[in-house]
Amino acid sequence: MSTTLEKAIEHSEHQSLMSRVTNHQVFWVFMAAVAACVALTILTDTFATERNLFNVTRNFAFVGIISIGMTAVIATGGIDLSVGSSVVMSAMVTGIVMAAGYPFWLAGILAILAALGIGLVNGVLIAYVKMPPFVVTLGTLSIGRSLAMVLSDNKMIWEFGPDHDLLLEIGGGRTYGLPNPLLVMLALALIMGIMFRWSRWGQHVFAIGGNENAATKAGIAVKPVKVSIYMFSALTAGITGVLEVGWLGGITTNLGQAMELTVIAAAVIGGANLAGGSGTAFGAIVGALLIEVIRNSLILLGISTFWQGAFVGSFIILAVGFERIRNFRMGST
Amino acid sequence: MPILEMSGISKNFGAIQALSDVSLKLEAGQVLGLMGDNGAGKSTLAKVIAGDHRPSDGVMKIDGQQVAFGKPMDARRAGVEIVHQDLALCDNLTAASNVFLGRELVRRIGPIAFLDYAAMFKRAGELFVELKSETRPRDLVNKMSGGQRQAVAIARALLTDAKVVLMDEPTAAISVRQIVEVLNLIKRLRDNGVSVILISHRMPDVFSVADKIIVLRRGRLVANKAASQSSPEEITGLITGAIETA
Repeated sequence: MSTTLEKAIEHSEHQSLMSRVTNHQVFWVFMAAVAACVALTILTDTFATERNLFNVTRNFAFVGIISIGMTAVIATGGIDLSVGSSVVMSAMVTGIVMAAGYPFWLAGILAILAALGIGLVNGVLIAYVKMPPFVVTLGTLSIGRSLAMVLSDNKMIWEFGPDHDLLLEIGGGRTYGLPNPLLVMLALALIMGIMFRWSRWGQHVFAIGGNENAATKAGIAVKPVKVSIYMFSALTAGITGVLEVGWLGGITTNLGQAMELTVIAAAVIGGANLAGGSGTAFGAIVGALLIEVIRNSLILLGISTFWQGAFVGSFIILAVGFERIRNFRMGST
Repeated sequence: MPILEMSGISKNFGAIQALSDVSLKLEAGQVLGLMGDNGAGKSTLAKVIAGDHRPSDGVMKIDGQQVAFGKPMDARRAGVEIVHQDLALCDNLTAASNVFLGRELVRRIGPIAFLDYAAMFKRAGELFVELKSETRPRDLVNKMSGGQRQAVAIARALLTDAKVVLMDEPTAAISVRQIVEVLNLIKRLRDNGVSVILISHRMPDVFSVADKIIVLRRGRLVANKAASQSSPEEITGLITGAIETA
């Protein structure tokens, strides 16, 4: 009896490690990104330069950070369209508070709180008032950007008071040769990778996405978990906002415009299913990486930037199409 | 002492009398078949037992203790587990995760609590062995047959050492082979001393596992007898009203 029990526990769908790895969408997306990088290194002498790699990694870090938050939202079966507006809110608060002569740490805290405020409104309206996530976050998308315009009077801010250099260093500088935003993204991905898989909270997030009704019946605190998810998504946008001001060295109210679409695309390419219940932190950053590599390669290969949308869009459809084919082959729908 | 005792339970929704004066006793390790036509009051009675509805009148005792459930959680704490008709499982999670959903085992490393997958796989595996089911703890629920899904839902109930498991139409939407599997699961529960209330439309299923059968008609209890002393014909007559009472 004990041997059969052991076997039953050890057993996992008759799959070797190899077939389990290759069965994941993320694996193929990752391979596509690697292949693109290799091809670019061979085809151009500009890709594998330190300067270009620095730019690529930093650019994709911003999308990557938020796509980790977006993956959490999508895992519960929700969507957060307001992240781009949370970015500009956070960036604007940072800019205004610092330009008024206050130190960076205070500006950073207030900026994150402003973003969290948007997340709280999203979460409460979605979880407790039971409004559809799409509509609620569409509303806060509009409100957030509008408030950022009101706050700044739609003027560009490019002088950040006494901590000016510190801000630029944090967002645009590097540590151990790696761009700071990239390090933030890697740390966040590591923490969230562990949280998704190894915490009760993570388990509950995926349970809600799988079957919200069952999660409720199992006694999971569905509503607070949902609020926490939207606040987490806003937090990632808030962090990005602060870093992005430092990188750009100036801020206008069109910062983060249409960013939600890139972020959702990254999450979906990375294996998050809009129906809920799946997605990983690693997948989110791999999705973001692929998008940035495509973007960068088009520029380096001298292809008109007008083509970017077509390429990124095709990859979204390809990635999800691959998932469908895999499900079809395995006999489930 | 009966595990579950109901006396004079009534429930009305405004002018509609859904249950009137229902009394019954359920012993440990007994399987009770609850039968009746649509609208006879089966689900209302089930919901009273499950804590979804508060009875308008009457007394309910579990293990001799009088209980008044305000919400499903109260019923669960008192030892009543429900296996819902839709099973209420998360398809994207493993069997073990579903068994432990909402009561995950954790191991603390410093201030942080990590899920203890090893312990959950082991315990879930033991439960499936106990149920003689071929369900494997690591498998995803969306790859499972109807019978295996039932085993997962029932293992959930076993995990808490439930005294009474209420099963709502467990054989309604599955194949004949899986029905046999589910009926075996019910027998396993019974053998473990768990009392089962089986709500079903399917006469052969009820007769193959039930010790006692009760029939509801228009909110009234019209029969409460040992399955061995009844017959499908008699129960059909009682359900439709061709036979007044038994």
